[in-house]
Amino acid sequence: MNNRTSIAFTFLCFIFFSFFTSCNSDSTRLPILGNREAVTKIVDGKSYTDTVYQTIPSFRFINQDGKVVTGKDFKGKIYVADFFFTSCPSICPVMHRNMLKLYDKYKGNDQVKIASHTIDYKTDTPEKLKAYATKLGVEGTQWEFLRGSRDSVYTLAEKSYLVAVNEDKNAPGGFVHQGWFILVDGKGRLRGAYDGTQEDQVSTLMDDMDILLKEKDE
Amino acid sequence: MNKNRGLFIIFMFTAVCSLVYSCQSERELNYARYYTNGKKLYDISCQNCHGKNGEGLGQLIPPLTDTLYIQKNINSIACTIKFGINDIIKVHGVTYAEQMPPNSQLADIDIAALVTYISNSFGNQQGLYEVNQASVDLKKCEEVYK
Repeated sequence: MNNRTSIAFTFLCFIFFSFFTSCNSDSTRLPILGNREAVTKIVDGKSYTDTVYQTIPSFRFINQDGKVVTGKDFKGKIYVADFFFTSCPSICPVMHRNMLKLYDKYKGNDQVKIASHTIDYKTDTPEKLKAYATKLGVEGTQWEFLRGSRDSVYTLAEKSYLVAVNEDKNAPGGFVHQGWFILVDGKGRLRGAYDGTQEDQVSTLMDDMDILLKEKDE
Repeated sequence: MNKNRGLFIIFMFTAVCSLVYSCQSERELNYARYYTNGKKLYDISCQNCHGKNGEGLGQLIPPLTDTLYIQKNINSIACTIKFGINDIIKVHGVTYAEQMPPNSQLADIDIAALVTYISNSFGNQQGLYEVNQASVDLKKCEEVYK
């Protein structure tokens, strides 16, 4: 009888333990966001169905140093993307105050980049972006301030990063945009969206970046 | 007899104390009212740029923690809030050359509340800045901005 109880107890312990560890491993993996589709491939005569996730398409912008930056510069690294403009009087200062904390945390880490896209392509020349970056306290190009044509940036924002941006004469500064920080993995997949104007969401983002940095390639 | 005198002294002491206290609390009450409203307005109109703790942002947006600057400019802060800045200023020894947008929608009483809040937060201690003072200060610079 006593023996039986101890066996039952061990068994129960085992179940609980495996339950908890399985929960843990689930929660330490970030979800993959965006659109997805099932694609059936035939390999060695057998057909496999695989999920293809939305990725950031190739892009070509000019950064604060006047250099060309493309998707290749971000490949294999995790990065955070946002949309702003240098003369923005509304949410940009608070977004970049929060982004600066993130920048300070990952400064010098070559696995991490930041991409801030200007939506005011007329005013924000590379010189303007460089002056802004310097005054913000940003050196080098780990944090890229990117300028592209109106259509290329707006399409990328709305179709790929799923962030709404637009020109609006009535809005303060002449543009409206959302303050999302989008977390993208080394394969260009969307792994998280955080309100860049909220301090607590940005600290969640940094926790998630630590998780994503540990993620092994499948 | 002795006991009565003791009671009388206590009574007088309490009366004087409460008189002094109520006089003080009238001004304190005003200060508290201005400060509370000022904080509300700060959260809406100023915090995005100047930060929750008045820390500013790099060399783009000046902090509000330069107590000497606040003290020296206490009579022009109202104008700065209402009409913005289009000039180079030096705060904490750092040069700031960005524009500050105007807040022309704010009434004198709101601006007085904001000045009271800012000049008594982030290390500043300038006391109450009343609406009469705000109106006088604003009138002076309205001429300049016209």
